[in-house]
Amino acid sequence: MYPDDLKYSKEHEWVRMNGNIAEVGVTVFAQESLGDVVFVDLPDVGSDIEQFAKFGEIESVKAVSDLFSPVGGKIVEVNSEATDNPESVNAEPYGVGWLIKVDLSDTEQLDGLMDAASYEATLE
Amino acid sequence: MSDESQTQPEATLKKTVLHALHVESGAKMVPFGGWDMPVQYSNGIISEVKAVRNSAGIFDVSHMGRLEFEGSGAESFLGSILSANMPILKVGRSKYSFICNASGGIIDDAMVYKVADEKFLLVINAGNADVDMEWINPLVAGRDDFTMTITTAETAMIAIQGPNAVEIVDQLTSSEASKIRRFRTGSASVNGIPAILARTGYTGEDGFEIIVAADKGAVLWNTLKEAGATEAGLGARDVLRLEAGLPLHGNDLSEETNPFEAGFGRFASSIAPDSIAADALNQIAKTPLQRTLVGFKMTGRGIPRTGLNILSDDASATSDANSIGTVTSGTHSPTVDGGIGMGYVEQKYSAIDTQIVIDVRGRLVEAEIVEMPFYKRG
Repeated sequence: MYPDDLKYSKEHEWVRMNGNIAEVGVTVFAQESLGDVVFVDLPDVGSDIEQFAKFGEIESVKAVSDLFSPVGGKIVEVNSEATDNPESVNAEPYGVGWLIKVDLSDTEQLDGLMDAASYEATLE
Repeated sequence: MSDESQTQPEATLKKTVLHALHVESGAKMVPFGGWDMPVQYSNGIISEVKAVRNSAGIFDVSHMGRLEFEGSGAESFLGSILSANMPILKVGRSKYSFICNASGGIIDDAMVYKVADEKFLLVINAGNADVDMEWINPLVAGRDDFTMTITTAETAMIAIQGPNAVEIVDQLTSSEASKIRRFRTGSASVNGIPAILARTGYTGEDGFEIIVAADKGAVLWNTLKEAGATEAGLGARDVLRLEAGLPLHGNDLSEETNPFEAGFGRFASSIAPDSIAADALNQIAKTPLQRTLVGFKMTGRGIPRTGLNILSDDASATSDANSIGTVTSGTHSPTVDGGIGMGYVEQKYSAIDTQIVIDVRGRLVEAEIVEMPFYKRG
């Protein structure tokens, strides 16, 4: 449910590092709490985002939730699969349902995130 | 903040007789109108909506208020509190109606069923039950020509809706159910359980609302489930009713709106002259409308939600000055496959095909006024 190679935020987003590029998505807990995801609104490529700032919105049939970026930097890619087929966020939140890729402004900010065990502990 | 203060309100929530079955089935429970109700089961809202549109779904509607009126004065009393023309209502038939205040504002919408001569059942919204009773009780006081009995606690009510609903109930009633025509009501034994069946609903599908004794509710629920109906919660119910163009009191109807601007003038145009709301409603019927409840479909990317501003299509910026109305209900419709909503707009913007803009939290998204219902069964 919560892969060990990812870092997590208390707002239920995850980060996967690949060099300086952070891939960001929502956790299994988030997609299960939301229910059927029917709409994802993501920012434009090239925009700057601050750590823990709102970067988009995710909507289920019933409700709207804000997306908060667990990392800050420049957005280098957004996942059109998530916006075109929002159900992919439910189906594979750590895979095809990822949301944005961020070029990190500094990697020390990762220290402010949790590992899988600490994150899972917050859910209990 | 202590945990106690957070859990306290839930402790006072009422539970239907099916509550334990919902929890056992993995339902997500939420407070609704003072009740702890299933918003969805484990397969999710979209799958429940599809089950109702393609097969059959069951809903626990036991939280809805049920009042029985019996006696020689019952009909005239109901005529005095409802917008319906009661004298033309025959035994075995039902009517959609409004409980309006003296200004014509909608206190609640209700279904009234004539179950026998001088005997009526009134079904009201769970969330309005207290307000309704505060309105009705003083009017009942002093009347000795009928009795009013609140039967909400002593009965259970289950709706079965969808293209297969009638066939399912028919098989459990030795083919008695299908003899009851649309919007009519009758009684039958459902797999041995004495029941009142009303061929009505809130989904745009054919089906029944079935009332049984409270202690038979769980058996009926399981019987319908075993017969092939899918459990569906409040989330699916809200999507289904919106797709069917049916208003929800508290969203699309309120004491600040009247039946005519809500587009339901036909359910208020033959009101009894001695009804509390008669003067106001007759006056409203003669006056040009200032605003109308319309249905709209999103043409741009976005989902409309309750409370969002509706702007004219020449609006270039978010501003209250550009507002021509407000969204009262909105969702993503799995059946239409897009965002749909209802809202009140100024009369001159209410024509079908009018292009409008929904202010989705600062994002201006295009929409178009369309005819309701959004979905009509084939």
